[in-house]
Amino acid sequence: MSPAEQSQRRKSSRNGWLLSAPALSLLFLAASGPLLIVLVYSFLTPGQYGNVIWEFSLDGWVGILFTRDIFDGTMNLADAHLTIFWRSVKLSLMTTALTFALGFPTAWFIATRPPAQRAMWLFLITIPFWTNLLIRTFAINEVIRNEGLMNTVLISLGLISEPIRLINTDTAVFIGMAYVYLPLMVLPLFAAIDRFDMKLLEAGYDLYASRLQVLRHVILPIVKPGIIAGSILVFVPSLGAYVTPRVLGGGKNMMIGNFIELQFGQGRNWPLGAALSMALLLIVMAALLIYVRASTKGSNPHG
Amino acid sequence: MAERRFEVSRLPGFASVAIAVFVLLYLPILTLVVFSFNSGPSVAVWEGWSLHWYADAWNNEAVKGATARSLIIATCASAIATTVATMAALGTTRRAAFGGQTFIYVVINQPLMVPEIVTAVALLILFGVVKQATGYQGLGYLILAHAAFCTPFAYLPIRARLEGMDLSLETAATDLYANPWQTFRHVTLPLLAPGIAAGAMLAFVISLDDVVITEFVKSGGQDTLPTYMLGQMRRAITPEVNAISTALLGLTVILLTLFFILTRKKN
Repeated sequence: MSPAEQSQRRKSSRNGWLLSAPALSLLFLAASGPLLIVLVYSFLTPGQYGNVIWEFSLDGWVGILFTRDIFDGTMNLADAHLTIFWRSVKLSLMTTALTFALGFPTAWFIATRPPAQRAMWLFLITIPFWTNLLIRTFAINEVIRNEGLMNTVLISLGLISEPIRLINTDTAVFIGMAYVYLPLMVLPLFAAIDRFDMKLLEAGYDLYASRLQVLRHVILPIVKPGIIAGSILVFVPSLGAYVTPRVLGGGKNMMIGNFIELQFGQGRNWPLGAALSMALLLIVMAALLIYVRASTKGSNPHG
Repeated sequence: MAERRFEVSRLPGFASVAIAVFVLLYLPILTLVVFSFNSGPSVAVWEGWSLHWYADAWNNEAVKGATARSLIIATCASAIATTVATMAALGTTRRAAFGGQTFIYVVINQPLMVPEIVTAVALLILFGVVKQATGYQGLGYLILAHAAFCTPFAYLPIRARLEGMDLSLETAATDLYANPWQTFRHVTLPLLAPGIAAGAMLAFVISLDDVVITEFVKSGGQDTLPTYMLGQMRRAITPEVNAISTALLGLTVILLTLFFILTRKKN
């Protein structure tokens, strides 16, 4: 490279950084930077009325899994916390599974429409995707509430005499999360199926494969990156969900997100809340790492 | 012929599931919209058409205040986000790859990866300290927080637009002795405008919809429309919330339709 070219390159790189600087400052100030404060707070001592006292302590992190007995100071597994973690993981996995079961046929259906219709079907999936999560949670709430549309219709048809009580149960949170996160599953699945070469199906059928065999041995392995992407996109926000469990689950059926809020509100244990936030962030980062690994591995075979 | 032609891409049952999914996806939203026009106080028992819940919402001082705040925050935040995102997009596309480009990309897209509740808690702590130190309690905190998480939503469509533009027109302008600012003002900016408009709309919609971060960052009496609605849901629900939702939904659909028109590729 000639010296002139080199200086040209340096100038281009410097301009790149200068132009990106305002965005980087904004995000460091109000997104990435504050995460470091949370990390610091997770190692401090809780104040009596919330906030923290600047004394180093590991109690925030220990408190995620254990409680100290008030009388003799022995450590016990915190059953209440474990119940909340288990509920969060269980509901997130169930949500991922249900959205896949419904989302895969939907994505396949959209991808196999004639090109002129495809944009319309895709737009129909995209609208709920961008629509206020609160409004969608609220919409499903109105349908499944005790005095909601579902019960009103079922009772007036004489199919049931007592309303089905769903609100404030895990089932309601599960239905709600599957409803609000379904588009997040359909869109990446569609992207993967859209690139799928339908000639491979002909080859499969020519070799006397059944529909099920074609699905299992041809389609699913090739669209796997899309399945992983969709699963991560649904699992990650489900695990950190706050609005849906708050509206549909009530105070008793908390998930991690609501439990974190509790520590900063009535719980008055900011270090525990901070440690829980960091733990949630770590799990999410691990899930994203798996996704990146899988998508870079899955991009070149069959080529 | 009675026998249907064997279509390779058809999988039995898939179309029925898909149609059921579309119905289930839209049925609750349509119910919500229809019952906003109910004359009775129920969101499940129909009593006839009426617009009075819209009138009630319109005359409710709390709703008026929340609407004004939502619009002020979304306008300021999307303006800031779009400006910094446009600059960053110009800085990270159409030039030789440079060290740190991935770093810039990751930092800008960070809000898409970190759970909202974690960012909300982080900002609660940070702004709590700043509020105490400075005594300032205004909307600035919400605008700053919204601008930050809206930036990736503005950045992605602008970047996509830039990547589809080659440098030949800019080169031509430079050959004709245009200085860099003239080239940007008269060549790059007009070509990029649809991308910028699309990014701004997406940022506006994202800001307008936010619940979690706003709920944690707001000071007393700073409810936006979504946090006001979240507060209302704990009480007895009346179609007034449906009316507010429907209005917000209408605005979102209009902005998204414009977004799709702007970003549609002309082939």
